[in-house]
Amino acid sequence: MTAVLKVENIRKSYPSEGEVLRGISLNLNKGETKVIVGPSGTGKSTLLRCINRLTEPDSGKVWLSGEEVTRAGNPDRFRPKIGFVFQHFNLFHHLSALKNVTVGLTSVQGLKKDKAERKGRESLEVVGLSDQADSYPAELSGGQKQRVGIARAMAMDPELILFDEPTSALDPELIGEVLEVMIDLAKKGMTSLVVTHEIGFANSVANEIIFLDGGVVLEKGPPEEVLRNPKEERTKQFLHKITELYGE
Amino acid sequence: MEALVSKLQVLVNNGPALLKGTAVTIELGLTFFVVGYAMALFIAMGIVYGNKAISTLLSGFSWVFRSLPAIILLFIFFYGPTRLGINLSAFWASVFALGLRTAGYQAQYFRGGIQSIRSGQLEAARSVGMSLPKALYKIILPQMFRFALPATANEYAITIKDTSLAYAIGVVEVLQQGSFIIAREYNPLAIYVTVALIYWIITRVGTRFFAYLEKRYRIPGFKVSGFKV
Repeated sequence: MTAVLKVENIRKSYPSEGEVLRGISLNLNKGETKVIVGPSGTGKSTLLRCINRLTEPDSGKVWLSGEEVTRAGNPDRFRPKIGFVFQHFNLFHHLSALKNVTVGLTSVQGLKKDKAERKGRESLEVVGLSDQADSYPAELSGGQKQRVGIARAMAMDPELILFDEPTSALDPELIGEVLEVMIDLAKKGMTSLVVTHEIGFANSVANEIIFLDGGVVLEKGPPEEVLRNPKEERTKQFLHKITELYGE
Repeated sequence: MEALVSKLQVLVNNGPALLKGTAVTIELGLTFFVVGYAMALFIAMGIVYGNKAISTLLSGFSWVFRSLPAIILLFIFFYGPTRLGINLSAFWASVFALGLRTAGYQAQYFRGGIQSIRSGQLEAARSVGMSLPKALYKIILPQMFRFALPATANEYAITIKDTSLAYAIGVVEVLQQGSFIIAREYNPLAIYVTVALIYWIITRVGTRFFAYLEKRYRIPGFKVSGFKV
């Protein structure tokens, strides 16, 4: 079985910060959800961005269902297959919720307008926003915005979705509605790679937790292992802090 | 009373000439404004998204044309091409001089518009697979136009009256027509007031049009600090 996503030895450095990713490798099989945790500044977002080449890695390789994403050339043809959900939503402000979801379908996948709208409405329904299709981003709450963001990624029928701290910019009482959607997607078999501090989410749906620190994978394993019996002292400390902050 | 009637008579007699001048003014104004607007689009894109060389070159272009008086630009574009053996009519010399100048300003309004859009939106567009040109066209430009609208309306109101300067290189626009009439009939105040009224109408209609565009393309829920709370 070919992994949906295969990441091999990704390295990335910035002039100002030095090497943020120091050789990261991971695999994601179809239907799996893996959660990346780790202290801030440790390259979690950079790793996700290297996967769809919003940021070009310095070295290392990424494969999507056996095809190499990182080989030279235009990454545009891979990106529709890799959904990306941003911490700050990044919705298109001048477009309604529905148009936010359909603009990729019509302009990238070449779908006819009515077909795109049908698909867009289906995606909005999955995230529970059917009644907000005609609302504009500025009229939505943070939680609703992020659910539109998820619908936008989903509508493209991606092979996997990358979530970059999808709930970090939300008020505590809005986090639940977004996590619910993500749990729902994970249970339906959407392949996802999630950067988050929501340990409860990781605990309930992750097949694997990957603990990133100092630009390397320090520890990884099933949630019960990493969360209950972390091997590394650094993991213990981090989880302790996170639990204090966010609860279980 | 008799004086007033005779003044009105002068206006009526010279109405066709004034209207002809008005038509030239509108034609010149719209042409240079549209030319400048279109150029500004490419200049702003080049400044923001071009490589260092292109960005510097276009910034310099915008800077030069914002630094020179319109009247000098008119003379340069009128006398310059002739020296190079290019035959440019006074009308088109004015279109280029005023058009490039307004492009220099308008490019800065567009640049401001682009830079007030958070970079995340462009990233989101790229992440669904849009090419850079497509993302600019679908996501950045529509918002840039909106952000730049109030400044564009202002630019129109300012520069549309610069068409009167074209009279210095012999474009027979409304002010030039007025001067002809004054020379014949000697009635300066009535003619200048009439010409002023014509500029006022042209400006007013234009700014109303931009106000309509602002309203038409307002993004629902998108409130800025100008709103009363």
